[in-house]
Amino acid sequence: MSETAVPLSIRDLTVAWHRKPVIWDVEFDVSAGELVGIVGPNGAGKSTLLKSVMDLIPRVSGRIEIFGRPWKDQRQRVGYVPQRESVDWDFPVSVLDVVTMGLFGRIGWLRPVLKRHREAAQRALERVGMGEYADRQISQLSGGQQQRTFLARALVQEADLYLMDEPFAAVDAATEETIVEILREMRASGRTAIVIHHDLHTVPEYFDSVMMLNMRVVAQGKTEDVFTRENLERTYGGRLTLLEEATEAMRRQEKSL
Amino acid sequence: MSGHSVVQHFLTLRLLPALLVFSLAAERLAAEEVDVAGEQGASGLRVLLLQDYNTRVVLFGATVLGLASGVTGSFTLLRKRALTGDALSHASLPGVGLAFLLAPAMGVSPKSLSVLLTGAAISGMIGAATILFIRRLPRLKEDAALGIVLSVFFGGGVAILTVVQRTAEGHAAGLDSFIYGQTAAMTSGDAFVIAVTGLLTIAVLLAARRPLTLLCFDEGFAACRGYSTFLLDLLLMACVVLITMIGLRAVGLILMIALLIIPAAAARFWTESLPRMIVIAALIGGCSGFTGALISALAPGYPSGPVIVLVCGLLFFLSFLGGTSRGVLIRSVRRRRLNDSIDREHLLRGIWELREGDACGVSEPPSPAAGAEELLKIRSWSVSLLSRQILRAAREGLVFQRSDGAVVLTDRGRIVAERLVQNHRLWELYLITHADVAAGRVDREADAIEHVLEPELIERLKKLLYSRSAAPGIPSSPHPLESATPVVSEKLDTAEGGA
Repeated sequence: MSETAVPLSIRDLTVAWHRKPVIWDVEFDVSAGELVGIVGPNGAGKSTLLKSVMDLIPRVSGRIEIFGRPWKDQRQRVGYVPQRESVDWDFPVSVLDVVTMGLFGRIGWLRPVLKRHREAAQRALERVGMGEYADRQISQLSGGQQQRTFLARALVQEADLYLMDEPFAAVDAATEETIVEILREMRASGRTAIVIHHDLHTVPEYFDSVMMLNMRVVAQGKTEDVFTRENLERTYGGRLTLLEEATEAMRRQEKSL
Repeated sequence: MSGHSVVQHFLTLRLLPALLVFSLAAERLAAEEVDVAGEQGASGLRVLLLQDYNTRVVLFGATVLGLASGVTGSFTLLRKRALTGDALSHASLPGVGLAFLLAPAMGVSPKSLSVLLTGAAISGMIGAATILFIRRLPRLKEDAALGIVLSVFFGGGVAILTVVQRTAEGHAAGLDSFIYGQTAAMTSGDAFVIAVTGLLTIAVLLAARRPLTLLCFDEGFAACRGYSTFLLDLLLMACVVLITMIGLRAVGLILMIALLIIPAAAARFWTESLPRMIVIAALIGGCSGFTGALISALAPGYPSGPVIVLVCGLLFFLSFLGGTSRGVLIRSVRRRRLNDSIDREHLLRGIWELREGDACGVSEPPSPAAGAEELLKIRSWSVSLLSRQILRAAREGLVFQRSDGAVVLTDRGRIVAERLVQNHRLWELYLITHADVAAGRVDREADAIEHVLEPELIERLKKLLYSRSAAPGIPSSPHPLESATPVVSEKLDTAEGGA
């Protein structure tokens, strides 16, 4: 495996949802050992971008490479932390069961879950400060604890590239601290994390580089260079009305057919 | 769709018709009863002792069907696709009729169960594909797709059966028994088909339990780990079609969905663990199949489907009441225990606070003690509630009663009381300093919360508040204790008379 290849390289990516374009023409390179924040308003296509990296959404055009190879060859090297609201937390499993799910690819379909698998899951839980909660039912967790459980499930995979969808959304201060600590540990060990983030105040503190997205890439680069008032205005401001109206018109036409 | 609304759907739409059919059959039976009463006494005993080969066959078939339904239903319920089974079972009816009509042309006996069931499976699969297709149409959602497929296929099936019934041969075939189920018509060959298909389905689902669990819990994560969610859903749907198919004979297509939902929904009251839920659902399903088929065999003429479903419904009701995890009874016991422990905590804190001032300046303060009269004044509790709590606390070694009637904290009781007072006051302080709540109101607010504060939260409160105040330990009360008006007890559901 060529280690010179960058963790993630996106060329000319366009994704449409029911033929309504969601992101246009994204070009994006991430260097190893970087913490990258993705910011942008609601509906800017941030989750779509992450999902298209993992081939969860069909794309109209574009080439995505992970460490120089297509996604399906590199699946094991990527850890994913979905939005916490995306699942039903009333599901009959324990915290340790959820973390063990991160190992299913390695355990296989029929082999039993071994002691070393459970120990790996327990270690991941301890890293996120949830060691005592292993046997809890997931329905009893607070929002922050749910988020940490999801983080542990991704950690147990020992991936090289992590994709996280709003891990900081509505979590308590302790959880936020834990996640930041984990991100820094990842960076120290040469791993890469791409994190969708909402809280603009903490962007300069948490992330080395930043991508500002609003259907297309408004700016990307080192945080200190591109995270400027001007770029923020361009990202969150109403400069895209024409683009939005055009896509909306396309959607309406599609519906009226 | 949540499990509960699915269950509700059942109780109204499925169990009522089942009851109706059951009572109609009972009337019919009552009319015939006079003639066969003597004969039945003897045969009933034979059935109970499983002496009849045919009874054993039928019971075995119905039991395996129930087991397999429980396993399959657990996954579909958690996938929130429980009602898909209903549409699929209705969609199998045209297949039964068409298989009967077309079989002679293909040179096979139209009466063979496997021929009919193959027809049912094919038409069920077409129904499944139609659901997937309609769902992709713009502006149509899952419920519309299910409704359309269910009604159109069932309508078509009834129309075809009407044609079949007109032929003399078709009338004799008793195809209408597929609608409500008739175990009496089951032969040993049928039971063999049911058992093999049922066990095969169970084996497939257990082998795929990990990917399926992932699919049901977190579809996106399953997809990113490389599992095809489309193929997994297809696998699950195929299992539902197979189960429905073998259930046609015993339960009938109208009520088949009951066996797919009720055991799984009932199992949820007993456990919070998926493997256990699957086992319990299988047991409930198997037990319903066995008991239902047995009752149906004891009283020939009762359609077996409704009987099986009614047994299933009864087991659901028992689980709803007595389930050890979420049952109504266990929850009311837990609530009572919580209320009890809250009252006991009030008692301990009350005694401690009454004697708080006395401890000042004494090097070795005596154990806090308070008379019942004093205690009655600080809180609106009845004499009986107070004396009950004193007895309970005494039994737990937290207090003892002195000869003069005063209630005295033991050493252990004192430690507990100090912790409670500390939690209470920390919370009061937090409300005053951080949440801008007036000092006169904090007692009541803290009262409601202090019992649920977790140690982790207490630590954080301490960190937050002790950095501001000089003396760690138990903070003094932010409001005068004597003038504190008796607060209305914040009990969760029981109303207590004021003292």
